[in-house]
Amino acid sequence: MTVSASSQTQSFQDLIGFDPKGAIPSNEVLLKMYTLMLTLRFWDERSLKLQRSGRISFCVTTKGEEATQVGTVAALRPTDWVFPAYRQPGIPLWRGASLESLAHQIFGSAKDVSLGHQMPNHYSFHQFYYASVSSVIGTQIVHASGAALAAQAKGTDDVAVTYFGDGSTSANDFHSALTVAGAKKAPALFFCVNNHYAISLHVSQQTGAKYLADKGIGYGVKALRVDGNDVLAVYQTTLAMAERARRGEGPALLELVTYRLNPHSSSDDDARYRLKGEMEEWVDKDPIPRFEAFLLEKGVLSPPQVDALRIQVEADVLEATKIAQETPLPEWQTLVEGVYGEIPANLQADLDELLAHEQGLSLPHPGAFPL
Amino acid sequence: MNATMTPSSQTSHALIQRNPETPITMVQAINEALFQALESNPNVIVFGEDVGMSGGVFRVTEGLQAQFGDKRVIDMPLTEAGIIGSAYGMAVSGMTPVAEIQFADYIFPAFDQIVSEVAKLRYRSGGDCACPMVIRTPYGGGIRGGTYHSQSPEAYFTQTPGIKVVIPSTPADAKGLLLCALQSPDPVLFMEPKRLYRSPKGLVPLEAIPIPLGPARLVQAGKDLSVFCYGAMVDICQAAANKMQENDGVSIEIIDLRTLSPIDEASILASVRKTGRALMVYEAPKTGGYGAEIAAIIAEKAVEYLKAPIKRVAGLDTPYPYSLESVYMPHPLRVMRAMQDVLAF
Repeated sequence: MTVSASSQTQSFQDLIGFDPKGAIPSNEVLLKMYTLMLTLRFWDERSLKLQRSGRISFCVTTKGEEATQVGTVAALRPTDWVFPAYRQPGIPLWRGASLESLAHQIFGSAKDVSLGHQMPNHYSFHQFYYASVSSVIGTQIVHASGAALAAQAKGTDDVAVTYFGDGSTSANDFHSALTVAGAKKAPALFFCVNNHYAISLHVSQQTGAKYLADKGIGYGVKALRVDGNDVLAVYQTTLAMAERARRGEGPALLELVTYRLNPHSSSDDDARYRLKGEMEEWVDKDPIPRFEAFLLEKGVLSPPQVDALRIQVEADVLEATKIAQETPLPEWQTLVEGVYGEIPANLQADLDELLAHEQGLSLPHPGAFPL
Repeated sequence: MNATMTPSSQTSHALIQRNPETPITMVQAINEALFQALESNPNVIVFGEDVGMSGGVFRVTEGLQAQFGDKRVIDMPLTEAGIIGSAYGMAVSGMTPVAEIQFADYIFPAFDQIVSEVAKLRYRSGGDCACPMVIRTPYGGGIRGGTYHSQSPEAYFTQTPGIKVVIPSTPADAKGLLLCALQSPDPVLFMEPKRLYRSPKGLVPLEAIPIPLGPARLVQAGKDLSVFCYGAMVDICQAAANKMQENDGVSIEIIDLRTLSPIDEASILASVRKTGRALMVYEAPKTGGYGAEIAAIIAEKAVEYLKAPIKRVAGLDTPYPYSLESVYMPHPLRVMRAMQDVLAF
């Protein structure tokens, strides 16, 4: 099924797949997409190891969902605002963020751009049009509607996009966001990354709707259901919907059907709730081997290149986390920085009083990494 | 239906030619501030429920959509979370949004967006992102609005670091403080005492002169007692103080807090160290109200200056009533009794 054939009243039974006659990125871009997907996979592995060994407190991974990140961002402009959930580190990495900057965030180090104010994986990259991540489910969806209204007011053809999970479609702000964007024909793309689980709740238990994409129709928002493990299908659909939005034809809800191959987070035990046989089925649909096979067949990649890339990417990830691990924690003054543009006098006084006492108790200096 | 309105090329705003020697209402003052902000800053967007075609239920945004078009003065769908969430997206992408919540009583569907997102964005990103915006909302009683058109929910927000809470009490302050809020690098909850919307009138400068957020306003100097108040309570306290001066010759200092968060601790302490007596007046329910914070600051940092126990005059700890509103709201006579209590100790 191709993108253009689908209409507002389509059946969502068939997933939109790769169209061989559709847009395909250059070989250089294809290689960049593949490299980033590999990087994300190694990043997950390394993060989990760091968490298991007590080096970081927590992590969420994106294993299995790499194509939903890479396929979308590759089809966007670098200046299209992104309002992410917590499983999209691929977006800033695509746009030029360093692995080291991500590593500083998960360690909450002195070089973390967020000053160690948030738990791991809650990145912020304003320079890459990637707004800070919140833990609250679904609040970011409506931010994309607002940024899309701003694009309309400025008269630009930027689009604003947001990512959220299947569980978020039950949250209040999903409704608010699609209401606003639908009513105003705002240039927003809503990427619903359906990874089948909201922590433990299977998507089949999340809603009475047959498909999550069904929900777009009532808001007058173009809705599509895409094979989220086919990075080129994601790319082509995103490109088509972004161009449509840039032409002023309105927002789109893209249900990217994928599967979370890891537990919800480092704190979760997925053995308690996984449906039997489901994991095996989805391991066979893993987006990385699928894309790799395509690239090998097209001659964009060779087997020795794959091996060399894997070694390189793993080394890059290791090096970045090593640097962050050796970086001290932020100074205590950062506790009160960033509440407001300027630190209120009473807040500074309260911190000074606190620090006077803490130093009296000879607590370990924050400069020394406590592990 | 949805006729697209394009910006008018001609300035047709009634206030532009007004005589600055003639007093105007707070509604007019806020309208003028919004007009001047829209005119001078192309990034300003004004939006909310009924703010465009209708000019707002209190007519605060009257004429703005006709002048600036429906892309900059937007009638939004009926979703408060959608309005504040949209403001966040606009702010992050470089605009200066002015969102209206039609009544403070209806701000709660947007509470999550304000408290979890808008107020925390700068801190949680370590200053990488910021969320400068103004959320305007009429609040408070005295217009026979009953339970859901009269509430004063400021204390929910002063407990939230990251958002400033500002409440004007005069037309001039409303204009000046709003203009400054529009230049603030931080989000501002701008709560408008709707009881004062149309009366009393006051002199307001024609020019767009911001009044800094932060400093409290000395309404009148005095030496026997300090009264701390804001919004619609300022006039009530002044009426009470005048009567006390007339009857008993006591000299009462009145401080209008204006910016509730961050708090102007220095002004509060300086005043109470001078007078040795303190009274807090606010119309929200008493327990956990903003006056309790002022009392705590005085107790922590100036208790040795006190000649009498501190006292609060506030609303009852009930939802806002309808028929007996005038008993519930602090009244000058009630404020006078409290003043007499503190002075008699």
